Amino acid sequence: MNLTLKVWRQPSKSAEGSIQTYEAKDVSPDMSFLEMIDVVNDTLMEQGQEPIAFEHDCREGICGACSMVINGVAHGPNKATTTCQLYMRHFKSGETIYIEPWRAAAFPVLKDLIVDRSAFDRIQQAGGYISINTGCAPDAHTTQVEKDAADAAMSAAECIGCGACVAACKNASAMLFVAAKVSHLGLLPHGQAERKTRVLGMVEQMDDEGFGACTNYGECEAVCPKSISTRYISRLNRDYLTASISSEI
Amino acid sequence: MAATKRGLAVLFGSTIGAKTVMAVTGLALILFLLTHMGGNLLIYFGPDVFNAYAKSLKSAGGGGLVWVARGGLLAMFATHVAMAFKLQLRNRAARPLGYAYEATVEASWASRYMILTGLLVLAFVVLHLAHYTVGVFNPDYLTWHDAEGRHDAYRMVVTAFSHPLVALSYVVAMVVLALHLVHGFQSLFRSLGNSHEQAREALSKASLGLALALAFGFCLAPVGVLLGWIQPVEVTQPAPGK
Repeated sequence: MNLTLKVWRQPSKSAEGSIQTYEAKDVSPDMSFLEMIDVVNDTLMEQGQEPIAFEHDCREGICGACSMVINGVAHGPNKATTTCQLYMRHFKSGETIYIEPWRAAAFPVLKDLIVDRSAFDRIQQAGGYISINTGCAPDAHTTQVEKDAADAAMSAAECIGCGACVAACKNASAMLFVAAKVSHLGLLPHGQAERKTRVLGMVEQMDDEGFGACTNYGECEAVCPKSISTRYISRLNRDYLTASISSEI
Repeated sequence: MAATKRGLAVLFGSTIGAKTVMAVTGLALILFLLTHMGGNLLIYFGPDVFNAYAKSLKSAGGGGLVWVARGGLLAMFATHVAMAFKLQLRNRAARPLGYAYEATVEASWASRYMILTGLLVLAFVVLHLAHYTVGVFNPDYLTWHDAEGRHDAYRMVVTAFSHPLVALSYVVAMVVLALHLVHGFQSLFRSLGNSHEQAREALSKASLGLALALAFGFCLAPVGVLLGWIQPVEVTQPAPGK
């Protein structure tokens, strides 16, 4: 199959960027989207041109590195799928495909399709952990966890921090990411001790990073490669408001 | 790392707090709309009932309560609008450069154009107050009195809505209001923390029902006058003092 690619090219963080057109010829329908770009990049390098810079790591849908907005949709047209797990058979030969980086003030473009997602790291550092004394591992059944809570925590813990929620949100809001990170710890007994400081700290950091507010559009859930529900956002709202009005005594 | 904000600082200083304020003021305004619509529908019971209701509103608590209610309403409305602007500016700043290829997967039209429908409702409210409360377009409205010496609100409303363009503009405004509420009502419970799956689905349906019911209920007055369901009353006695 042959495709026309419209790709955002930007040499560096401070440089101006623009959409450039490339022809991808003889693409196999069995290639992943990233492999297709690999092939285009081979051709570009043969021609002495700068290859398209994009982030990738595991290529099996669990690391969250492959951040691309494909035809206006974060991670492309398939539901619950990362870009690396998207195959070219889902496109038609002759199609024009727009490939753009995540767009958010908090995710500045570093080069072409690569954005700086350190804002997510700083949000995590503001409370997205459980402080536990190291030592001998306790028996697995020392602290019992209710099945429903374990399932709900596990669903939230599926978040791979890819940032598609921010890319898809019309407000570039990071609420789904923060909700998932707050919830997967806050739903478990081990996460109760730091529950209030965690949610207050992470939301404050989220706001300081310049992400937008949640309008309950539902775009984030629709593009999330792990289908994390916006119900966690409502849970985050509740958790945050409860923590904010509570006092130490 | 430690979070510093608590209490009121959170309410007005954070995005979640701002959305909470939007939700609470929005809910208060919806409750007002329901009572306002109920009052409007009394016009179907004739001039006596309608004018008596209008008088009871204005004279409650020796005439003071109406000002308390107006003050409260203004506070809710102004806070809702001010917060909306604050959030809109923040959301725009959060994405300075948009996508060359724009696509929407899930978001409803109503949710994406809340600021537009909100601004149109704001414009309508200003015109509506100028129209009936201040009498800007026809100062006579406020001088009309019925046989009992009460402000003839019935005659005012029937006279105004017998102009098809006026009636039609009110109907259009109610369609815009319905679009605002169809997203706003379900969204406010999510902002306030409702994560219950079934309750969220039920509220989504209720949101459509509420928006349609309010728009339909409000349209019954202008449409009723236009179609002759609500008849003008002959003015037999001059207003006192005239």
